[in-house]
Amino acid sequence: MALGVIYGVLFWVATLVLVIGVANKVILYWKTPAPLKIPTTPAPVTQGGVVIRMLQEVLLFKSLFRSDKLLWILGFAFHYTMLLIVIRHFRYVLDPVWGVVQFIQPFGKYAGFIFVLALLGLLARRIFIDRVRYISSPSDSAMLGLLIFIGLSGLMMSFLNHTDIVMVKAFFMGLIAFDWQPLPADVPLLIHLTLVIALMLIFPISKLLHAPGIFFSPTRNQIDNPREKRHLAPWAAELEKQDKMFLDELD
Amino acid sequence: MADYEIPEISGEDGIVDVPGLQPDAMKSHGPWVSKQAFQEDMHFPTDFTMPESIENYGDSETLVENWKERALEKMADLKGRYRSLQVYLDICVKCGACTDKCHYYIGTKDPKNMPVARQDLLRKVYRRYFTFAGKFFGKIGKPEFVGASELTEDVVKDWYNYYHQCSQCRRCSVFCPYGIDTAEISMAAREILDHIGMGQKYCTEIMGKLNKIGNNLGLPEAALADTLEGLEEDIFDETGVEVKIPLDKKGSDILLVTPSADFFAEPHVDGLMGYAKVLHELGLDYTLSSYASEGANFGMFIGSYENMRKVSLRIRKAALDLGVKRIIFGECGHAWRVAYNFLNTLAGPFDFLDQNYPIPQHILEITEPAMAAGKLNIDKSKNDDMVLTFHDSCNIARGSRMGDKPGGQFEIPRNVIKAVCNNYVDMPADTINDATFCCGGGGGILTDDLMEIRVKGAQPRMEALKYVSKNHGVTHMAAICAICKSQFTKVIPYYGFTMDQIVSVHQLVSSAIFLTGQLSEEEIEAKEAAEEAEWAAAREKAAAEKAAKEAKEKEPDDK
Repeated sequence: MALGVIYGVLFWVATLVLVIGVANKVILYWKTPAPLKIPTTPAPVTQGGVVIRMLQEVLLFKSLFRSDKLLWILGFAFHYTMLLIVIRHFRYVLDPVWGVVQFIQPFGKYAGFIFVLALLGLLARRIFIDRVRYISSPSDSAMLGLLIFIGLSGLMMSFLNHTDIVMVKAFFMGLIAFDWQPLPADVPLLIHLTLVIALMLIFPISKLLHAPGIFFSPTRNQIDNPREKRHLAPWAAELEKQDKMFLDELD
Repeated sequence: MADYEIPEISGEDGIVDVPGLQPDAMKSHGPWVSKQAFQEDMHFPTDFTMPESIENYGDSETLVENWKERALEKMADLKGRYRSLQVYLDICVKCGACTDKCHYYIGTKDPKNMPVARQDLLRKVYRRYFTFAGKFFGKIGKPEFVGASELTEDVVKDWYNYYHQCSQCRRCSVFCPYGIDTAEISMAAREILDHIGMGQKYCTEIMGKLNKIGNNLGLPEAALADTLEGLEEDIFDETGVEVKIPLDKKGSDILLVTPSADFFAEPHVDGLMGYAKVLHELGLDYTLSSYASEGANFGMFIGSYENMRKVSLRIRKAALDLGVKRIIFGECGHAWRVAYNFLNTLAGPFDFLDQNYPIPQHILEITEPAMAAGKLNIDKSKNDDMVLTFHDSCNIARGSRMGDKPGGQFEIPRNVIKAVCNNYVDMPADTINDATFCCGGGGGILTDDLMEIRVKGAQPRMEALKYVSKNHGVTHMAAICAICKSQFTKVIPYYGFTMDQIVSVHQLVSSAIFLTGQLSEEEIEAKEAAEEAEWAAAREKAAAEKAAKEAKEKEPDDK
C-alpha cells in the first residue's frame, strides 16, 4: 500500500508539473508579441493555408523530410509508435475501454519494438555522426536513454514478465478519484513508472517543449500577407503613438 | 591572393560534399569594432573603451561597465519582445537536420558555423540564466550537462566572431522541422553585442551615413543629380532617346527606391538604366528621392527594430513630401525583404498611396506583366552572346514574395530573363529557389575585413555555377540583389571566373529592349559618325582659326 501512495503522490505531482509547466510556457509564447512578419517563403497567403502548412509539419514532418531522410524515418517511426503506445495505454484509465483503444491494442503492443529500435537509431546518430555528436549535450542522450528504458521496461512487462494489469488499472482508476490503491511490487513496473514520472517532470523545462512550441513558430505559422494587412506589435505601436524613435525615449 | 586556402571547386555535380569538422577553423577576432561616435548615432551605449588592437576585442575591460548584467538584461528584454527568439531558444531538439545546410559551415568546416551550433552560442547562456535546468545544473557546477554555459569573456568573443559569420540567409530555417530561424538568433545576438560595446563598424558606420545624408554611400544630393544626368546621357548616346531619371520631382506618380550601389557600382548601374528604360517606355511618371536615396536597410542586419524603422520612415517622408501615389523598389535582396514584409509595419499605414497597386511594388512586378502583355519591344538576340543562369537571392527567395502567388519570387525573375534571353539554364535543384545558397556576403558581412568568410562562404554557389558552366556552357549569372552583385564581382575571381560574368536582371532587359523612337544600330553609327565629323570639322575650324590668329599676331614681327 505504501508503494501505491508514494507513486500516487508522485504521479499527481508530475501531472501538475507537466500541465502547469506547459501551460505556463504556452501562455508565455502566446503573450510574447511577434513584431515582424517573418514566414519562411513561399508561405501560404491565407489562414487556411497556414493550417495546412502546420498540419504537414506536425503530422508529416515535411521540412525534415526535405532535409534528412534517415532522421525523418527514425523520427517518424519514434513519434508515431509513441502515439500508438500512448493511445494503447488509455485502457488503464478508461472503463469501459473505447473501441479505438481496443482496436489499437495489438498494434500498440508490437509498436514498442519499433519504438525502441528507432530510439536506438537516434542515439546512434548522436554517437556516430560527427556533426550531431558535436551539437549533443549529455542531456540529449540522457533523454533518449530515458525513453529507451521506458520502452524496454514496458516490453518486458508485455512479453516476458507480466505484471498484474488488473491491479495496475485499479491503481490508476483510483488515482483519478483520489482513492489510493496498491501497486504490484514488480521491478519492471516500478522502473517503468519512475521513468515516466521523470519524463513528465522534465517535459516543461527541456527541449521537449518543441511539441507545443512548433505551433508558435513565426516562420511557420504566419500568413504571407504583409502588404495587404498591417502587422503591429503593441510595443511598436507605442513608439508610433508617442511619436518616438527609440524605446528608451518612451514615457 | 590570400593567406588562407581558397576552396577548390570541381563542377562535378554542382554540390559540395559535406565536410568533416575542423574545430576553430574560423576562430578569429571578428570584424572591426564600431567606435563610440557611430554607436551614439544608433542610440547604443557608448561607455566602452575602444580596444587598442584587434587582439583585445572582447576583453572585459574594453566592454561597457557591468557588461554581463547588461547583456543578460538585453537578452531578457529581447526575448520578451520577440516571440521568435523566446520560442527558438526553447524548442531546438538538436536533431542536426540543419548541420549541413549552411554555406559557411560547408565552406569553412568550422563546427560553430553549423546553424544549431551558432544558435547554441546564445542558447547556452539563455539556458544557464533563464531556465530551471540550466540554473540547477549551473549551481552544481555542471551546466554543460544540459547545454548551458556561464557568460564569460570567451563566450562574448565567440558571439562577436561567429554571429558575424552568419548572413542571416535563413536556409537553415527552411530545413528545420520547427522552422527555427538562425537569422532571428544572430540578429538578437548582434543587438546584445551593440549594447555591451561590441557593435560592428561596417553596419553602424553605414547607417550613420544613411541617417545623415540619405544613402549608405554618403552620396550627397548634388553628386547624385550629377550621376543621374550622366546616366541619362549614356542612354541617349546609346539609343538616341531622351530617357529621364528624375530626382526629387514633386508630384510624380511613383517613388523609385533603389540600393545606392545602383548609382555607381558595376553591374548594378546597368540595372538602374534598365529600370529607367522600362519605366520610360511604359510612360510611367516616376522620381528618385535624394532624402530616401537608399533601398538598403542595415537596421535589419543588426536586429534593431528601432533603427530599421528610423530608416524606413525616410521612405514614408519622401513619399509624402513628393506627393507620389506608388512606391517601387529596385533590385536588392534584403531591401525587398524589409520593403515587402516590414515597410507597412514600420512606416505604414500607407493610406495616402493609390490602393489599386500593391504597396510597395518590386520593379520586376512592373517589368514582367508589361512584357507578358507585349508592352515592351524586345529583341532577345541582343543577349545571344550569353548563356544565363539565375542566382536566387536569399532574402527574396526565403523572406519575401513577388506577384500574388507564393513562389512568384522564383517565377517572375526567371520569366523576365527568359523573355529577354534565348539561352537560360538553371543551376542544380538543391541550390536554387528556396534552397538557394547565399552569395556569402549578405547580412552585414560585405566588408573587406571579412574577406576570408566571404570567399569561403561562396563555395557552394561557385560549385553550382561551375557545374552549369562546365556542362551547359553558362557564361553569365544574373542576380537581383545589390549585395549579391557586389559580393560576386569581388569573390568569383578567386574561383577562376571573371567579374563581368555577373549581370543585373534589368541589365539584360536594358540590352534587349528597343525603345520607341530608338535609333537602329546603323542610325546610331551614322549619328556617331556625324557627331564625329562635326567634332572633326569643329576641331579643324578651331585649328584654322588659331593658326590664322597666330599668323596675325606674328604679322607685326614680319614687318
